Amino acid sequence: MSPTTSLITLAHGSGARATHELVTSLFLRHFNNPILATLEDGACLPTACENSAAELIVATDGHVVSPLFFPGGDIGTLAINGTLNDVAMAGGRCRYLTASFILEEGFPVSQLEKIVISMAETARAAGVQIIAGDTKVVERGKCDGVFISTTGIGQGKALMLEGLSHLQPGDHILLSGDIGRHGATILSHRQGLKFESDLTSDCADLGPLIAQLTGIQGLRCLRDATRGGVSAVLNEWAQASGHVLQIDEARIPVSPNVAALCDLLGLDPLYLACEGRCLLICTAESAESVLTALQAHPLGVQACRVGVVVESDVPRVELLTIFGGRRLLDWSYGDPLPRIC
Amino acid sequence: MDTPLTSPGTDTKPDSLPDFRDPSRAKLLYRQIHEAVRPGQRYRFMEFCGGHTHTLFRHGLTDPLPSAIELLHGPGCPVCVLPMARMDMAIRLAKRPEVILCTYGDMLRVPGSQRQNLLQLKAEGARIEVLYSPHDCLALAKAHPECQIVFFAVGFETTAPTTALLVTEAERQGLRNLTVFCNHVLTPPAIRGILAPTDDSPAPQLEGLIGPGHVSVITGMTPYHALSTEFQINIEVCGFEPLDLLQGILTLVQRTNAGSVEAHNQYTRAVTASGNLKAQALLRQVFVVRDAFEWRGLGFMPHSALALAPGYARFDAEHRFALQEAPAQDNRACACPSVLRGQTRPEACPLWDNPCTPDNPIGACMVSSEGACAAHYRYRRHQRIPTSA
Repeated sequence: MSPTTSLITLAHGSGARATHELVTSLFLRHFNNPILATLEDGACLPTACENSAAELIVATDGHVVSPLFFPGGDIGTLAINGTLNDVAMAGGRCRYLTASFILEEGFPVSQLEKIVISMAETARAAGVQIIAGDTKVVERGKCDGVFISTTGIGQGKALMLEGLSHLQPGDHILLSGDIGRHGATILSHRQGLKFESDLTSDCADLGPLIAQLTGIQGLRCLRDATRGGVSAVLNEWAQASGHVLQIDEARIPVSPNVAALCDLLGLDPLYLACEGRCLLICTAESAESVLTALQAHPLGVQACRVGVVVESDVPRVELLTIFGGRRLLDWSYGDPLPRIC
Repeated sequence: MDTPLTSPGTDTKPDSLPDFRDPSRAKLLYRQIHEAVRPGQRYRFMEFCGGHTHTLFRHGLTDPLPSAIELLHGPGCPVCVLPMARMDMAIRLAKRPEVILCTYGDMLRVPGSQRQNLLQLKAEGARIEVLYSPHDCLALAKAHPECQIVFFAVGFETTAPTTALLVTEAERQGLRNLTVFCNHVLTPPAIRGILAPTDDSPAPQLEGLIGPGHVSVITGMTPYHALSTEFQINIEVCGFEPLDLLQGILTLVQRTNAGSVEAHNQYTRAVTASGNLKAQALLRQVFVVRDAFEWRGLGFMPHSALALAPGYARFDAEHRFALQEAPAQDNRACACPSVLRGQTRPEACPLWDNPCTPDNPIGACMVSSEGACAAHYRYRRHQRIPTSA
């Protein structure tokens, strides 16, 4: 962490570099073990590895979204899909979930029920059972309505992911769809920002999309682009693999209303959270079959190749702009905030 | 080139953003620029605005330009030019238990002289609200009658009218717990400060100035005609889209070749000759021009900032809280002052990248996304292509 950091600030929760540094310099330092050290969203438990089909995958995720209800979902759908996706990204299929609720004194039960119904419906649609839970209530003002943590337990390995250490120059970088919709939707519905727009969150269970890839060889790595957006995933990959990831700006799908909101607020969609999009890297030879498989599913119709892995001395993410320029696609620094002028 | 950019088709709105980011039209402009550049001629253009710097870097616009064109970054970033003494005053305000300090997100990470920033104060429990519109202060003031709501107002002519509206609205609603800590600065005196020689440095060698776009929506073109004549320099007021800048650069190259001097408006879809008269009247009603104000990098400049007019003194946080400006020293090694004058490349600062980074900014040019140091760091730190100052 930065030498000046003595208190947690909002930047530590942004999914940007500050989050990464907090995780590695504090949590990993004290909890260190080979499973955690992979820093993947889902942990593959080695005890069950003898029979790879029965390998256990565990992922956990806390949800503190504000507002609690937004177009395209609510904190309930997010709490289920977020964890389902973390299990799916580790190559597994989620079977069971646990849910822990922290509730604020005075929160309407009717709203809580709405959230719980969302969770139940989302879990049912994914064929997942919620098998354990916990409830705590804190005094008014000690949390923002409802916080939900979920843990997913799944089975793998449906996918054969070779891992970042196998990345080679020439590998292709693929993206499953248009970016930034969840982040843009939340921002446009935050208190104080009164935009009228038809933006909806892309919140979705990516499990069925990823299941399309079963049996395809040459998959290197897979990650959903949540906090910190596409840029955070790519930067983590570049740093962990030591390679340069070169992205072609013209190929990145951004919906017109996300682009318009970003222009208005001075934000970059590459830094906005998605809740139903993933990035993956595969060999050049397998790229075509991966794309075909993704595009065959409704969540992947916009799937496309957005870049390549290239050889270079300093690991980084480079963006080739539509104007023929070349620049860094850096980590974000703290939460995306509108510029003032 | 006097033709404003318009839509090529009939099915798209003339002002829709994709038109101003059309790569094929950009290619055409690049070709025209390459053809216009004359051997042996230098083309040193300063983009005054941080917004322009940001556009140039974010879209990688400088890479395909001829090497004879040198773009220097100016001081037009309101976060960057706010002197540390004023930041210290905001920090002192935020520490007062009765105060809820409201400001724009960019201000949260600007360090004061004790290396403290508002984000850290917020983590320590100070009440600091990030606003998207100053008008949100009105609801806060009503919701928290026991608190003093202070709007930490920063920015050029662009944001000053919304602050003025906040003050008149607070007066109309009879709010007694809302004040403004006013740090609004004026663009024309800053341009004069950049173009005129000082005791320490000669006048900069520039063939042209890319003038501010959003500021000019309010001011109109009048101030630039006077500045262009006074300093015998071409000024091209530009929009913030990639094609706006390329068109502006082409015009400046052509005028440099022709040896003619004038102030010209590229951003005709937003900027008019006389500007926004209603906003100008509002500024005159609510504010007075300060005798002098300190700008980081440019020092104290006469008539370069706004304060609340005496009739609105009860809405002036400096007045209500008897705020005194205490001298504050920037880090001596920090090159922000000369970076802001376009005299030093950010990479040449001894602090740039180590220890000064966007995560740990020492100088203000590293804080704002529109600051030159942050732009070089975020977009170019592995390339170090010497395209601009």
